[in-house]
Amino acid sequence: MTSKWWANEESWRKAAIWVTAFMLVVLIVLTFDTIPKISVGSERVPAYSVINQRIDYVFNEQRNFQVPVIGTEQPLFGTILNEDEAEALVTWGKKITQGRNCMNCHTLLGNGAYYAPDLTKSWLDPNWGDSSMREAMMIRFLMDPPNNYMNDSGRKMPNMHISEDEAKAVIAFLKWMSSIDTNGFPYNFKPIDQEG
Amino acid sequence: MSLGIMDSNNLNGGQKLAVKYFSVAVILFVAQILFGLIAGLQFIMPELFFNVLDFNVTRMVHINAMVVWLLMGFIGSVYWLLEDEAGVETVGLKLGNIAFWVLTAAVTVVVLVYLFIQVGPGDDFTRWFINEGREYIEAPRWADIGIVVCVLIFFYNAAATFMKGRWSGISGVLILDLVALAGIYLAGMFYTTNISVDQFWWWWVIHLWVEATWEVLVGCIMAWGLIKLLGVRRKIVTTWLYIEVALMFGSGILGLGHHYFWIGTPEYWLSIGGLFSALEPIPLVAMVVHSIYDSGVHKFKSANHPAMAWLIAHTFGNFFGAGVWGFMHTLPQINLYTHGTQWSASHGHLAFFGAYATIVIAVFYIAVQQWRGGVWMSGNLPGNGWKWKWALGLLNFGVVGMTVALLISGYEQSFIERAIEGSTWSGYFAAQIHPWFVQGMQWRMVFGLVTTAGIVLLVWDLLTIGKGESRPRQKVGEAIGQQA
Repeated sequence: MTSKWWANEESWRKAAIWVTAFMLVVLIVLTFDTIPKISVGSERVPAYSVINQRIDYVFNEQRNFQVPVIGTEQPLFGTILNEDEAEALVTWGKKITQGRNCMNCHTLLGNGAYYAPDLTKSWLDPNWGDSSMREAMMIRFLMDPPNNYMNDSGRKMPNMHISEDEAKAVIAFLKWMSSIDTNGFPYNFKPIDQEG
Repeated sequence: MSLGIMDSNNLNGGQKLAVKYFSVAVILFVAQILFGLIAGLQFIMPELFFNVLDFNVTRMVHINAMVVWLLMGFIGSVYWLLEDEAGVETVGLKLGNIAFWVLTAAVTVVVLVYLFIQVGPGDDFTRWFINEGREYIEAPRWADIGIVVCVLIFFYNAAATFMKGRWSGISGVLILDLVALAGIYLAGMFYTTNISVDQFWWWWVIHLWVEATWEVLVGCIMAWGLIKLLGVRRKIVTTWLYIEVALMFGSGILGLGHHYFWIGTPEYWLSIGGLFSALEPIPLVAMVVHSIYDSGVHKFKSANHPAMAWLIAHTFGNFFGAGVWGFMHTLPQINLYTHGTQWSASHGHLAFFGAYATIVIAVFYIAVQQWRGGVWMSGNLPGNGWKWKWALGLLNFGVVGMTVALLISGYEQSFIERAIEGSTWSGYFAAQIHPWFVQGMQWRMVFGLVTTAGIVLLVWDLLTIGKGESRPRQKVGEAIGQQA
């Protein structure tokens, strides 16, 4: 067996160990840097009480893609919630989306299954008409999807037996999710008219 | 040794346990394909099982069956090579057997709950006992804990056996890899409302399993397989294994960053994820070179032709499925349009099959050969080995066909839903009803049926190959004189 370094078992064993260890350390360092930047209340992931405000998705010249913009007061279902109440509502909403297994038809932040639309910016989707009717439309749809949303594909969302209160919690979660800075994903999105 | 008869006396202790794992793995493999057929049909016949067995259930069973059958295949493969590699009997085999039955019972209960209870309210009970609702790791928390316990027992069996017997380069890499594999699973076992943090750790499980630790695990199986099937010198495969580990972890650990483009994580992940994930195919090229070169040097004279063919299928499948198909949409400039479309499904089909299903099937063939007393499974099989050859051909052709069909649908989705329509719900459905998309889905069904024909033939062949064979296994390379 040749003793050339590039064909030497021992040198490759060391290389494997050092490369793995180095990459692991870099990943850990980056993780420590990333986690605070995506914690709730950070610049990229707003506090849950953001559901009290208007959320837009606007093209940013500097970053060259759309970014969420937090606007004036626009309380969800007409009620201003404090931080704890907002967190409780969003938490319930997310747990409902997990319990109903939404992710095995939909994508959230682009991850999940591809049988139904992405939910990342569903709060801002023009499908709901305009911002004045959005909340009522979303509740009605979530409570009885097969009879309230038809498309030409023949695909329907099954009735997941979501109550009105549950629907409100899900909508709170969706509204909060739409405020996350996702580096311009989804691209070229055409948000709902919120001026009316 | 009773040649030609399926007799457990032909197996050592670890191997007896391994074939139990393999049997459950094959059943789950069949279940994966059946539920994949239903889920695929639901794209073109949306009324199929509507409100009874909806897409979110069929798809969940499809992907969960896959994860579990591959895991069981891996665990079985390690038990299979354990005593041979360590040179002693498996330590704690009784406990290992109990873990097998517990794991199998847990998987059965989880699947029954998926099928008959399906969903639950938005509370902790649902996540603990029905469904966690997170893709790939939907298994409720009680099952997570059960899986961890069973995997720890498996780890104990493997590590204690090597400690009692002898260590090798392969077993050293294997054991360290198993530590990482088991540890990473814990990253998925907590709840947080913050979906960015949720998906950050969720990808640790998914990516660091599939694109790092699983790859190294199959690298170990491959190294051992080449020694057994071709008689390649251990020093050569061990050196290759180290090279692969260096390249795999060197690219794959930070390649994790390609899942951190759009989930709320900072912009620097676009560069880190893009660069390192683009390097991920390099070790996969190395594996192709490795296997083909070794096969050529040994003039394709192998102890088990079907297993060797599946190992070669593995290297190509791994390179094309994980490497090329992954690379195609890993750069953020492209991924912005392809993320969350059928591109991912296309990549997923070829990568999971090419990188993992293939090599587990190779070990199935190695197992049945020994189970029948170490029979001849080289050239000149009865009927010229038509069953294994057709199973190999149909399964590979079927999966490649599905991959291409899904890719065409994915392209269409990227253009119409994303680039033109701007990713709205109406844009999504405009893409879904477009003939190019629908045709892709129809062709996927056609190739899904080809794949199904392949699995039927594969199961038939695994049950019958070597039956009544009186010739002993072909001796190869350095394996001559050794007990296989």
